[in-house]
Amino acid sequence: MAETALAGRLTWLVASVAGGLQETRRVRTLELDIPGWIGHRAGQHLDVRLTAEDGYQAERSYSIASAPGDGLALTIERLEDGEVSPYLVDDAREGDQFEVRGPIGGYFVWDGDEPGPVLLVAGGSGVVPLMAMARHRARIGSETPMRLVYSSRTWEDVIYRDELEALGLEVVHTLTREQPPGWSGYSRRIDTDLLREVAWPASESPRVYVCGSTRFVDAAADGLLELGYEPAWIRTERFGATG
Amino acid sequence: MKLDGNAIGGVLLELFGDDMTAAGSICGSCGAREEMARLDVYIGAGYVVRCHSCEAVMIRIVQGRSRTWIDLSGTASLELG
Repeated sequence: MAETALAGRLTWLVASVAGGLQETRRVRTLELDIPGWIGHRAGQHLDVRLTAEDGYQAERSYSIASAPGDGLALTIERLEDGEVSPYLVDDAREGDQFEVRGPIGGYFVWDGDEPGPVLLVAGGSGVVPLMAMARHRARIGSETPMRLVYSSRTWEDVIYRDELEALGLEVVHTLTREQPPGWSGYSRRIDTDLLREVAWPASESPRVYVCGSTRFVDAAADGLLELGYEPAWIRTERFGATG
Repeated sequence: MKLDGNAIGGVLLELFGDDMTAAGSICGSCGAREEMARLDVYIGAGYVVRCHSCEAVMIRIVQGRSRTWIDLSGTASLELG
């Protein structure tokens, strides 16, 4: 019945933790089982709602890390004074349940059927929805050229470090706070000059997905516009420390 | 905190019954047309959505336990795909 399908999409669903993987000191991936979930597109997110015994509720958005068709996994960064992320990163155990709403987003998505090369620009945990796109590209066997420019504080903070090497896309790291001995990669924040060296030329009309803090996204988008990219090529998603 | 229209995608999905992040919006002040994901969103006790071009307030949303208040007076139109 149409009514049932609509209700399933618009209301909160119960998710159960089915597994977990510590990615870095502060970042964990949670696999979820969500009866009634309609599936997702690469780049989408969902909202998590926790309810305390006294009825107090806290809601936060988290990007989906898995490729469509590969089950559902979130990757969450712990924010020290957060209300939701410390539970999800440190305490959530297999079988724990909480509510989710989604999938959310029809703008910051990549389905793999558009022409032209793809540039992904990630600041910190902004890599999560972009990882869903990279995994989707590998899963469907797409030959679309894809390049990830990924800014992290240190080598230890790089999420998905090993898997990224195996996905068949080009990865350019920049480490802004501390570099390991012998580091030959970039070691500064993403700006116009860095993008000029690593981004596809504007003549190729690339599709761009930028995800990170507001300051990071603004800097990256402004840099790409300076290189002659059209605003319509650049899709952005800003996240903030809402916990 | 300043984010963008993606951040209220879940709230809008519940209110409008469809994805609104890719919906076209036209600012009531300057006439700029943008997907809602590209609008500036300020999150505090409620949500204030501002035009990315002229910064005019386009939408205000306040949610309580059992009701939601939406002010769309700064938006000329919304277009769903």
